[in-house]
Amino acid sequence: MTENIRVNVHHVTRVEGHGNIVVDVRDGTIEKCELQIVESPRFFEALLCGRPYYQASHITSRICGICACGHAITSLRATERALQVQLSEQTVRLRRLVFHGELLDSHILHVYMLVAPDFLGVGSVIPLATTHPEVVKRALRMKQFSGDLCAAFAGRHTHPIALTVGGFTQFPTLSKVAELRERAEALRADVDATVELFGSLPWPSFERETEYVALVHPDYYGFIDGEIGSTDGYTLPIDQYRQVTNERLASHSTAKHTAFNRDSYMVGALARYNLKHQHLHPRAKAAAAHLGLSAPCYNPFLNSAAQVVEIVHCIDDVILLLDEVLKRGIEWEKPAPITLSPGARGVGACDVPRGILFHEYQIGENGLIEEANCIIPTGQNLGNVDRDMRALVPTLLTEPEDSIRLKMEMLVRAYDPCISCSTHFLNVEFVGK
Amino acid sequence: MATKPKIAFFDFTSCEGCQLTVVDLLQTHLGLLDLVEIVQFREAMSEKGEDYQIAFIEGSCTRKSDEARLQKIRAQAAVVVALGACAHLGGVNALKNYWPIEKAQRYVYGEHGQDAYESYPARPISAVIPVDAVIPGCPIDRHEFLRIVQLLLQGRAPHLPDYPLCVECKFKENACLNYHGIPCLGPITRAGCDAICPSYGDGCEGCRGWAPEANFAYMREILRGHGLSDADIDARFTMFNHYQFQQMGEPAPVTTPLGPDRTAPLPTSTFAAPKED
Repeated sequence: MTENIRVNVHHVTRVEGHGNIVVDVRDGTIEKCELQIVESPRFFEALLCGRPYYQASHITSRICGICACGHAITSLRATERALQVQLSEQTVRLRRLVFHGELLDSHILHVYMLVAPDFLGVGSVIPLATTHPEVVKRALRMKQFSGDLCAAFAGRHTHPIALTVGGFTQFPTLSKVAELRERAEALRADVDATVELFGSLPWPSFERETEYVALVHPDYYGFIDGEIGSTDGYTLPIDQYRQVTNERLASHSTAKHTAFNRDSYMVGALARYNLKHQHLHPRAKAAAAHLGLSAPCYNPFLNSAAQVVEIVHCIDDVILLLDEVLKRGIEWEKPAPITLSPGARGVGACDVPRGILFHEYQIGENGLIEEANCIIPTGQNLGNVDRDMRALVPTLLTEPEDSIRLKMEMLVRAYDPCISCSTHFLNVEFVGK
Repeated sequence: MATKPKIAFFDFTSCEGCQLTVVDLLQTHLGLLDLVEIVQFREAMSEKGEDYQIAFIEGSCTRKSDEARLQKIRAQAAVVVALGACAHLGGVNALKNYWPIEKAQRYVYGEHGQDAYESYPARPISAVIPVDAVIPGCPIDRHEFLRIVQLLLQGRAPHLPDYPLCVECKFKENACLNYHGIPCLGPITRAGCDAICPSYGDGCEGCRGWAPEANFAYMREILRGHGLSDADIDARFTMFNHYQFQQMGEPAPVTTPLGPDRTAPLPTSTFAAPKED
């Protein structure tokens, strides 16, 4: 057994934002095992204060280039719930399409460009363009469709334009919708090939049971609104999100941690899969079986596999939604009206690619934001990543340091952390004692 | 053929959306990889080369330790390009400059945030190091990125349109939003994005910075014509350009006098008692 191990990964690559991994094992005992977050602080909640309500979704989309639409839609839901806005069925439907477009884009980026290189023994997707051109071209083709889907309804993916309080500022033509419908259908071959590829990868075997938290809906695999569900058997309305996220300052850490019913919980694709796999479309269920996923799954590395399952599900959902749009046509409706009142509060929740995201605003009668709170999935996952790292390291002590380093990086990457999103943490010091 | 120019991407305080836009560009222009050698791009690759000629920098400078990193990049790179509104203008990051930094730290991170968080007012990178070229926008326009990279590779000086966004809107035959009751900053904003926001029915928010000789007074008149208050107009002017207004000696009035302040401590759980670490 290796007695002394030092792993120090400065600025983990192929993740969004800046984090360091530090592992220090002496005489077979873990002295230090931490994911340090060294992202520069963003202060989004402070910079929302005093801004007009209609700017909130455009400002908060700038929290993250990857999940810009997710932030925008969550922000809009918080504003709309505060200002008592009733959305039309069409708005709900079109927003789901934008949301799916982004989820597809984000998951494809993550599994192909950030995760796959680890399994193919390269440092990035770039050499794969030479060695595995068909894989890279497929990923780019799928990403392009996802981006085009967002762009058709929202103007662009980073940062969406046409999403506004109460509805949309612009609509695509039906011929554009029909074209997307055709492309989505054609993409199924790429989706199948994706399932094949990721079904053949040797996922590290590691399990640690934890609590999984996701948005749940009575009869479908949803991402917007709904209720907060937990694998520990609890369900809460989203207005009570603070009881789940339960932010607190941990001793020896300036980072805010979250904990629901245990020390930590996990959000994201695997959490969603564990909580609502029964609502997946049939092809997605088949993909899960092919990828070796079965609920409940306690292997965090398989979060990437759950993302592949969601790619399959969302493509099918996109086809259904586009069919619905084609059937009903598009009405060029004006955004729904708002009602201003003193101290109006609203919570918005979406299950964005990396897990549940909450925005809460208080908006004054003058339409200016008085208070803002944003709780980001990566922040919620941090405590769980730490506990996984501490459980994983002892199983790796016989391996060379390079291999330990790679596994630790792969674990962090599996969570698909979005560090620049996480307005809530700084130097996270997880000391394994 | 001569050796390929080595380029590197760096990020400071930002959402990394501009770098993602570069990744998106590869969907249609994979051949770009044949023309340059990317030696550093942390978001997309593990290799970290320190030998580069062109540095693309995304994000604002928001803390003391950013300065040394910027200077190191400047010392290495022959050409430094500010990528996107955060690097170019300060962007939305500069909205925090409205408040004393301690107030923002306390608001977002609580008592401890003040001591542990290194942060100061946000600035564009040109406030710290000389910048050779700018690719504006929030996010950047991928076609403009391509155009400027082409110019740089040919050894030519990159340039930006020196006319306002309205020109592009006219070329696209868009209906003028300001004529249709939707406030739009197109008349004072530098063109180059193909007027993407007005084309999707939303008024320009000025993310590309101001056009030369922008007429703020007349823009204000147009916006007053929409029934907007001066506070509303300032909020629109400053969304991406708060730093610029500060530099012009016209800090926009603070619209919420108290600034960010928690009216009550964040409620703790009654549902499941938190366990201490």
